[in-house]
Amino acid sequence: MAHPSVAPVSGPAIKVPAVEIPTIPLLQLGTWVVFYGLLAMLAIFFVSADQGAISLPAGNAVHEWVHDARHLLGYPCH
Amino acid sequence: MSKVNPGRKPALTPAAFLVRGLVAGLLAGLVAFGVAFALGEPHVDHAIGLEEAAAEHLTPEEVAAEEAAAAEPGMVEISRENQKSFGLLTGTAAVGTALGGLTALAAAAVVGRLGRLSARGSTLLVAGIGFVAVALVPFVKYPATPPAVGDPETISDRTAEYFALVLISVLAAIGAVVVGRRLLGRFDGVDAGLIAAGGFVAVVSAAGLLLPSVNEVGAFPADLLWQFRRSSILTLASLWATIAVILTVLVGRLHDAVTADAQRRALAAGL
Ligand SMILES: [Zn+2]
Repeated sequence: MAHPSVAPVSGPAIKVPAVEIPTIPLLQLGTWVVFYGLLAMLAIFFVSADQGAISLPAGNAVHEWVHDARHLLGYPCH
Repeated sequence: MSKVNPGRKPALTPAAFLVRGLVAGLLAGLVAFGVAFALGEPHVDHAIGLEEAAAEHLTPEEVAAEEAAAAEPGMVEISRENQKSFGLLTGTAAVGTALGGLTALAAAAVVGRLGRLSARGSTLLVAGIGFVAVALVPFVKYPATPPAVGDPETISDRTAEYFALVLISVLAAIGAVVVGRRLLGRFDGVDAGLIAAGGFVAVVSAAGLLLPSVNEVGAFPADLLWQFRRSSILTLASLWATIAVILTVLVGRLHDAVTADAQRRALAAGL
């Protein structure tokens, strides 16, 4: 086999610039996730399920008002 | 020489992410409203027309029962004009803002923790996972239904099953990210991501097979059903795509500002 021998490339070590992305401590983030998470789920509940499976308050005003969004965002409506 | 402004130091904090998520989510809600109004509402109106045509064949007893239910306290009638404009907008804006904030907090958790993926790349990935886990997976098993489709007797079960699948899907997605991150030491980033994605698909597929199916379409026209469902998934896609794009831009700019600020301070300290 007369392949030309390829010398191993051995240049000076390439300096990879350190791409340092700061992180947020998960414990600090946890508080936000709990409080904002509850608020967000409450908002989603009123649009997606209220006065369908569970009623708070009684009646159909919330259901009727967000009715089209409930259907078009894919939530079970009636 | 450099203007150091200690009062306004840009920082990657949960609050900074959340505010950006709320902005992205509200804008996404407006975009989703536009898509839903333009593409979806004609089909909703058509389906309601079919529902009303069917109501003409009710027996006098059924009509009396409906009138009695409508006369109960707390029952209101909202015009179609309000439902398809302000009502629809309320729903898409509320859900968009809620999901935008949640996506931002999820991005806050992973930025800087996914190997060499940049802040922009991580944010875009989180929003993409959000669309798949929160919208696409539930849609595949329990697709959106237009008015006139669905048995009111089963609404509680269908709601519980739908949200059970959302919960499983979101937990599986979080699990996949955690596992994918652990695989980073042994595998290349793309390989680790593909293995984690495979695990996610396996879990949600099993959940989809185990959860009960819904067969309540009846004699509803197939063309209209498909057109409605297509407009629904396009609405969801537009919502998530807007969250993804706006949040990626806003988080990317914040990250650039934080990095530039850190470099300026390091330079100033070295002089
Ligand atoms: Zn409905």
